[in-house]
Amino acid sequence: MRQQGMQGKTISEKILSEKSGRDVRAGDVAVCRVDCAMGTDGSAPMAIDYFERMGGARVFDPDRIVFILDHYSFPAHHATVALQERMRDFASSHSIAIHDIGAGICHQLMAETGRVRPGALIVGADSHTVTGGALNAFATGIGSSDLAATMICGRIWLKAPRTIKVALTGHAAAGVFPKDMALALAGMIGADGASYHALEFCGPAAGGLDLEDRLVLSNMSVEMGAKAGIFPADEKTFDYLKTRSPAPWKPVAADDDAHYGREVTLDISRLHPMIARPHAVDNVAPVREALGIPIRMVYLGTCTGGRVRDFHQALKVLEAGGGRFASGVQVIVACSSAEVEAELRCDGTMARFAAMGAVILPPGCGPCCGAAGPIPADGINVISTANRNFKARMGNGNASIYLASPATCAAAALKGCIADPRDIREDLG
Amino acid sequence: MRIVIDGRARLLGDDVSTDAIILSRRKKETLDPAVLCRYLLESVDPDFAGSVRPGDLLVAGKNFGCGSAMEVAVTVVLAAGVRAVLARSFSRTYYRNAINNGLVPIECDTSGIEEGNLLDAVLDDSGIRVLNQTRGSEISGNPLPEVMLAILSAGGLIPYFRLNRDFRA
Repeated sequence: MRQQGMQGKTISEKILSEKSGRDVRAGDVAVCRVDCAMGTDGSAPMAIDYFERMGGARVFDPDRIVFILDHYSFPAHHATVALQERMRDFASSHSIAIHDIGAGICHQLMAETGRVRPGALIVGADSHTVTGGALNAFATGIGSSDLAATMICGRIWLKAPRTIKVALTGHAAAGVFPKDMALALAGMIGADGASYHALEFCGPAAGGLDLEDRLVLSNMSVEMGAKAGIFPADEKTFDYLKTRSPAPWKPVAADDDAHYGREVTLDISRLHPMIARPHAVDNVAPVREALGIPIRMVYLGTCTGGRVRDFHQALKVLEAGGGRFASGVQVIVACSSAEVEAELRCDGTMARFAAMGAVILPPGCGPCCGAAGPIPADGINVISTANRNFKARMGNGNASIYLASPATCAAAALKGCIADPRDIREDLG
Repeated sequence: MRIVIDGRARLLGDDVSTDAIILSRRKKETLDPAVLCRYLLESVDPDFAGSVRPGDLLVAGKNFGCGSAMEVAVTVVLAAGVRAVLARSFSRTYYRNAINNGLVPIECDTSGIEEGNLLDAVLDDSGIRVLNQTRGSEISGNPLPEVMLAILSAGGLIPYFRLNRDFRA
């Protein structure tokens, strides 16, 4: 119940108010109860170290903590093997759930296992934790020290962010996918344009996006610096969760008179396939302006572009174009989870990728950050369905990374250079 | 609460990512910042780590520490002897990690600072003041929220938590 004269709240303000037990507005610092805290093999080993140095004895609630091994899958160095083993030991002695190597990428598993749900406050020691905003949660990335503190007390201090309202309008043309929308938005807002802010997606085209598509936009919101990238909850959210989440959830909608720091409108009807050029995510152009740039490695996967429909879209382009990779092009396939991979095995997609000569890695995220798996050679160009193209991101500062949709990446695999997927197949949708 | 720091400015550009501060592949071998600090900012400048002196201050443009939330990107800076980073803006995860480890993040207009300038910085309840001794100019910034200043003053989240056992707002 709102007091008369009080201005309404954004989704972020509502969730942080609920979790802190007080009236929180943008700019306020509040100590909030956490519904789930997540650590990966990239962050949890250090968190365990902080936990012990902070004098931690027991975790606040084992059911609200989860460890996921996805970055170093598989580890190539004995030091990493030892760190992963330390996570397993800690999880076992504190009765914390753990998803081991091959289960999938943390953000995909957080959604699949129903841990992320409307109205929840999720913290994860990985920046792409913002992916959970697709399910109407306030989900944000933290470091290892904050994870340690949260594991001890179950709470975290957060400064309530101002919100940028992102209205999506129109209908996407054939060949234009959520990744193209996310890249276009990164170009509009800039790599730091949403720093210290939350994004709140709304508008008719946001409601029209399926849950898998929303995950892409929420995931990429951190590439604009955002603390969270939140969608309203609707039937699509509930349909996704009904078989996944045992716990009840509470959808949170923004008030009509909520205060926004800024409002941005993206008319998706006007978009073309987009690409981010090296070495910044906001160095964005239509694919049409980058045609012909040679490509040697194509990476299909990650927490941005490693879901079922991503591989379906890529396959559609590949098969329309003859199903043969250009000579000298290496194609890497890694699903975002074992569940995704099982579905793609069932429907024959994985066999078709394998038959074309793609290198199939276990579900995980190693290559994206150069932690495990293939590393691009000096001087080559990579095109990837991932979210980051910083210099050296994939483990070699002398390679260059382009970011695009699965369809555009598939077009490059066929042609050996950047190509427009619409030139291969017109009815992509 | 008052924090005073001085040192020599080491200039960096905009959008320095955590991957640039320390390559993920270096983390395969060890997480020990005393070892990793040899590779500090190697993809930006291979000679950078060798030229850093204890007490130097990193001075950057916008969006410092963007990208991954990996905390070694903070501990490696501290291990090189750097106690503070000045930037026009920080990625929020880097900012938190810095505070939690006692690396002082100073958000201010860094555009007038040049390589090697001697800087005196003061942070307290009233705000941030940075005196550029070399150029004789002064820059100011907004005060940190109480909880952040309390964690920094304690020396980071480990000593803060050993004392408080919880967050105090």
